[in-house]
Amino acid sequence: MVLIPNIIFYVLIFLSVYAQVFFLVTFFENRKKIVIRNGKTKLNKYETVTIVVPCWNEESTVYKTIRSLLALNYPQDKLKILLIDDGSTDGTWNIIRKFKKYPNIKIFQKENGGKYTALNLGLKHSETSFFGALDADTLADPESLIRIMSYFEKDKSIMAVVPSVVVYNPKNLIQNAQKAEYHMGVYTKKMLSFLGAINVTPGPLTIFRRKVFDDLGPYRHGHNTEDMEIAYRMQKNNCKIEHCNDAFVYTNTPNTIIKLYKQRLRWIYGFINNTIDYRDVLLKKKYGNFSLFILPTGVVSILAISYLFGRLVYSSINFIYLKFITFNTIGWNLSFKSYNFDLFFIDTSSYVFLVFLIYLLVIFGIVFGRRMSEGKWVLSFNMIYFLIVFRFLAPFWFLKAIYSTILKRKPAWR
Amino acid sequence: MIDWKKYLIVFFITAGLFLTAGYFSNYLGNKKIDQIKSIQDQIAINILSSETQFSLLQELSCNNVSASILSDELDDIGNKLEWGQKNLGSIDEVSYLKKYYSLLQIKDYLLMKKISASCKIKSAFILYFYTTAENCSECERESIVLSELREKYPELRVYSFDYSTDLSVVKALLKIYKIKDTELPALVLGDELLTGFHSIDELDAKVQKSFKLQETKSNGNT
Repeated sequence: MVLIPNIIFYVLIFLSVYAQVFFLVTFFENRKKIVIRNGKTKLNKYETVTIVVPCWNEESTVYKTIRSLLALNYPQDKLKILLIDDGSTDGTWNIIRKFKKYPNIKIFQKENGGKYTALNLGLKHSETSFFGALDADTLADPESLIRIMSYFEKDKSIMAVVPSVVVYNPKNLIQNAQKAEYHMGVYTKKMLSFLGAINVTPGPLTIFRRKVFDDLGPYRHGHNTEDMEIAYRMQKNNCKIEHCNDAFVYTNTPNTIIKLYKQRLRWIYGFINNTIDYRDVLLKKKYGNFSLFILPTGVVSILAISYLFGRLVYSSINFIYLKFITFNTIGWNLSFKSYNFDLFFIDTSSYVFLVFLIYLLVIFGIVFGRRMSEGKWVLSFNMIYFLIVFRFLAPFWFLKAIYSTILKRKPAWR
Repeated sequence: MIDWKKYLIVFFITAGLFLTAGYFSNYLGNKKIDQIKSIQDQIAINILSSETQFSLLQELSCNNVSASILSDELDDIGNKLEWGQKNLGSIDEVSYLKKYYSLLQIKDYLLMKKISASCKIKSAFILYFYTTAENCSECERESIVLSELREKYPELRVYSFDYSTDLSVVKALLKIYKIKDTELPALVLGDELLTGFHSIDELDAKVQKSFKLQETKSNGNT
């Protein structure tokens, strides 16, 4: 009876190692193609770009967001900014109104309808051949847009370019853990870009060719992850998405466990449900690595995390049960037994080495991601925070997302 | 375009990593078994040496008999074997070592009984029979009681035997005390057979009683 759970366990570990090795091999294949530019970038031709800032109760961050757009190293007459208040109930509109005087900024106020409705309103009012959004809790690096646009200039077949999203001004442990996670995200995104398998075109400053929306239609609700739905739709229609690793966007991250939980629940719920909606794309040769590698890896990681959590709960209950039995049998025993540390009792099952290997590969991802975003090779405590925080918290949002999917309960935005 | 070759190469690398991890695990598991084996050999030599020393000198020099060195090591080996049975794959090796262990325990038991009788050393012996063949929650609880008692009385020696050990000496013990597998856990304290679970208070009283008996006996003798 112990055999079946063990087989499942080893199959999941095999698949997890497979995924990490796949990324590593991709890295070694393509490492010479990773260019990190310094200083000002120049373009031969500056295309006009529309950037929409959808806002819903963002009074604390939106001002800086808009300022960062105005500070972009890009001709301001080639940049159309649309500020859209999606029915905020705080002071967001008052802040937005102040920017009305800028010739390249247009402001809108609408009833609350969700982020995708705000984006679609922006889409309706844009006439340029490039379109993007910038979430109102993020800041664009001055060089970000121009570097993204250089990708479009270089390759006419690229339909969308995503930036590197990094954490803005992390203050506490939760945010520092996310800093490491976002660094890994930069690495992963670049590898996905090489594989032609990017599965999210994130809200902060992904730039699309307008043609994408003309051909495939506007944004959809996408289970509150419209930025994932549009990426799935593009992959399904074989649109090329690239990652511009040296275009940086700084995002404000959740600073409490509860806020992080809500954000991740929404993301994972979105992943599960978009994958269900696009299940016909899964494991089909014609959709490439997106369908054969990335989606299955996502599914496996959801299974693995849930399963590992089950094991953890099982062994914890076992431990508590044993303590309970001991207590019941001999009562409280306060005499500290002489405990000799003995190397003999260290678990040396093969999975221990494999899990260790997975951690090493993840840390490599974080370190290289950081190298791509900060230009230096560093190890930091954030990686440890990340491994610990996410090891214990991630199962909660994963399981809740599965639970909500089964019961068809939609998680709130925040 | 799908790069099938890459999928295959990654598969082989992953399989290679799995084999390497399996090899390491196996290597360290064997090291652990070797470690138990060599400690047991050491214990065997010690017991044999004590035995020989004892018969050589007879009762004349009880002071020279090193009495308390063995059982701690036996305990340690017992824990390691139990852990090995749960966590190491090689079942044959571990069950071989368990047989060896049972034999050493019985030798230690006979020798210590002799020594304590001749040299009037305060001591108590418990033979403890349990099973791992089936789920025996009472055995688990009894083990907890016994290790607690052992902590409390260093002079108490507990020898534990797995009922299913396939060794003639262990079978002889079972026969002597008429222990059936339906009555596990079973304890032999002094000459008394106790079956089923017995609480710590109950056993504590019995152990103390056996110490007292020894005292009165030795007082009576002198």
